Amino acid sequence: MTTDTMNNISAVNLALYDALAADSTLLVLGEDVADREEGGVAGATKGLSTAFGDDRVKSTPISEQAIIGTAIGASLRGHRVVAEIMLMNFTTIAMDMIINHAAKLRFMSGGQTHVPIVIRTMTGAGMSNGGQHSDYLEAWFAHTPGIKVVAPSNPTDAYGLLRSAIEDDDPVIFIENLPTYWNSSPFTKEVIPLGQAKVVQEGSDLTIVTYATMVAPAMAAAAALADSGVSVEVVDLRTIAPWDKETVYASVQKTGRALIVHEAVKEFGVGAEIAADLSDHFFGALKAPVRRLGGAFAPVPYSKPLETAFVPSTAGIEAAVRALLTERDI
Amino acid sequence: MSNLPVLDAGTLLEIYKKAALIRYNDMRVIKAMKAGLLMTPYYSPAGQEIIPSALSVNLNDGDTICTIYRGTHDMLAKGFPLGPLWAELAGRITGSCKGKGGTMHLTHPESGCMVTTGVVGSSMPIATGLGWSAKLEGKGHVAVANFGDGAANIGAFHESLNLASLWKLPVIFICQNNRYAEHTSFANSTAVDQLSKRAAGYGMAGVTVNGNDVDEMYGAAKIAVDRARAGEGPTLIEALTFRFNGHLIGDAAGYIPKDEMASAKQNDPFVTLRKRVLVDDAASEEALDAIDADIKARIEEAVKAAFDAEWPDVSELKRDVFAHELA
Ligand SMILES: Cc1ncc(C[n+]2csc(CCOP(=O)(O)OP(=O)(O)O)c2C)c(N)n1
Repeated sequence: MTTDTMNNISAVNLALYDALAADSTLLVLGEDVADREEGGVAGATKGLSTAFGDDRVKSTPISEQAIIGTAIGASLRGHRVVAEIMLMNFTTIAMDMIINHAAKLRFMSGGQTHVPIVIRTMTGAGMSNGGQHSDYLEAWFAHTPGIKVVAPSNPTDAYGLLRSAIEDDDPVIFIENLPTYWNSSPFTKEVIPLGQAKVVQEGSDLTIVTYATMVAPAMAAAAALADSGVSVEVVDLRTIAPWDKETVYASVQKTGRALIVHEAVKEFGVGAEIAADLSDHFFGALKAPVRRLGGAFAPVPYSKPLETAFVPSTAGIEAAVRALLTERDI
Repeated sequence: MSNLPVLDAGTLLEIYKKAALIRYNDMRVIKAMKAGLLMTPYYSPAGQEIIPSALSVNLNDGDTICTIYRGTHDMLAKGFPLGPLWAELAGRITGSCKGKGGTMHLTHPESGCMVTTGVVGSSMPIATGLGWSAKLEGKGHVAVANFGDGAANIGAFHESLNLASLWKLPVIFICQNNRYAEHTSFANSTAVDQLSKRAAGYGMAGVTVNGNDVDEMYGAAKIAVDRARAGEGPTLIEALTFRFNGHLIGDAAGYIPKDEMASAKQNDPFVTLRKRVLVDDAASEEALDAIDADIKARIEEAVKAAFDAEWPDVSELKRDVFAHELA
């Protein structure tokens, strides 16, 4: 079903609405999520408590450990729960619940219990929120066995992936990008399976593997490069953990070159894992070394020019592609 | 304490059976460790038997508990079966968690033992969620959070009690105050003299009881469980007790004054309970001996079966990480 356009936040809201309607065991909780509190600071959960009742869509105190712990406990008794942690930086406060409990209870119980919760959170540089409100911390979670990590780049994916995340039997961290929340684009209402990347731009000279906020500049760079005869394929991972090796391998097989781009700090990031994996898999068959682009190794700065410089830019991506294409074929 | 619900002879005997199971099981674990059969940190609950025994006679199958590394007493009292328990301790595939949980992570949902955590204080947020789910289900089930006095100083304690009270959840927060957190005494770590005083700060019921006294413990637990089932919200019970060993087996507990330990052992709550059963004529000496013998035999059977069982296949390493194995 295609309706014209939608913004990211409305897609999240619609996914929650449809999921609550479809599954009476589903609960939503988090700070300010009910309508008495105006459906969240950004309004992502607006209307849900009015439609489904205050029992199912519940505002909590500012208690990140209790939010995730409560979600875990309720899920152990047969509920599904979407728990919102207002900003991704505040997941750090609930890390014990996420890493030591949500991620591990299935394994440590030998499969007797499991934790079907979604932790929705938002983040991203671009709003001058400074160092404690803007981090992409996906690598922390992707490094933890037992958790899935999802980061949509557009409204269709936000809707489709959130529906799948809610239906998934494992804990999922669902990362929404705050600065682009209100961006609209064409919308198709479909459920999108977790773990499937999408080739969003076909090309033959080089593959950009990216996700979330970096898809847009990657596409812009690809368009600019196309004007000068360079054909770039862009793969949007959509699910970061587990990442879709099949799609990425097929693309790199075709192009022989790969650049991984993410907003999170480059060092020890998701790009390092993918680069290492591709180098292993394609050793000898690559036309150039696998390269990465990520945020600067610094906290996200406040001042506008610094914040802009922190995030990989369209021009930066374009330059990285050109540099890779001039590497001597090996 | 006055106006306590009265303990009848039948319930008293039930409590005895649970306490005896806990005591003899604990002795058997320590024996197995000394024989070199079990090589794991083991946090003995010896001395704390009365608390879960007197609490759990008020619980039923639909009720759930969360406990901590020092939790075998809580789980045995709730009904965790001996076979899967011992096989888990032994790390065997027949263990409740297929040998993947171990001493600090015992789970057995069928008996309501949902989570055992090795992270101090983490039983509370999860029990809060179990209570939330139970409340929504509306069948009058309760959730119990077991934790130590040390755990009462972690942030999760505050968040959980506040939320549970705000939402009037059927949760029993039971602090087993054995006076020590690892090597640190209660007095040296906690700014109030009675933890139950904190309940007022969350607008919930709170009580401090002698957790080694079967009447006090049973009464406080019954009031709390009834309150929770009636939709009147959570209770913080501070149950005063003492542990008869160091923090874990192998810790000589040099930080506990000798006379403190000696007087605690002199007032062994299990011995006191046994006498009480006889005084009340809830059972004869011979009947109790028969109960004890039966428990010990069942434990031996579980121990034997556990060590006779197979180790998990290495393929288990990658199983149960996710619902479906990843490629
Ligand atoms: C968050 C956390 N910090 C530290 C530890 C290490 N540790 C394990 S048990 C313990 C003492 C806890 O004492 P208490 O809560 O009183 O429980 P008890 O062992 O006396 O039953 C500590 C500090 C831990 N497991 N988790």
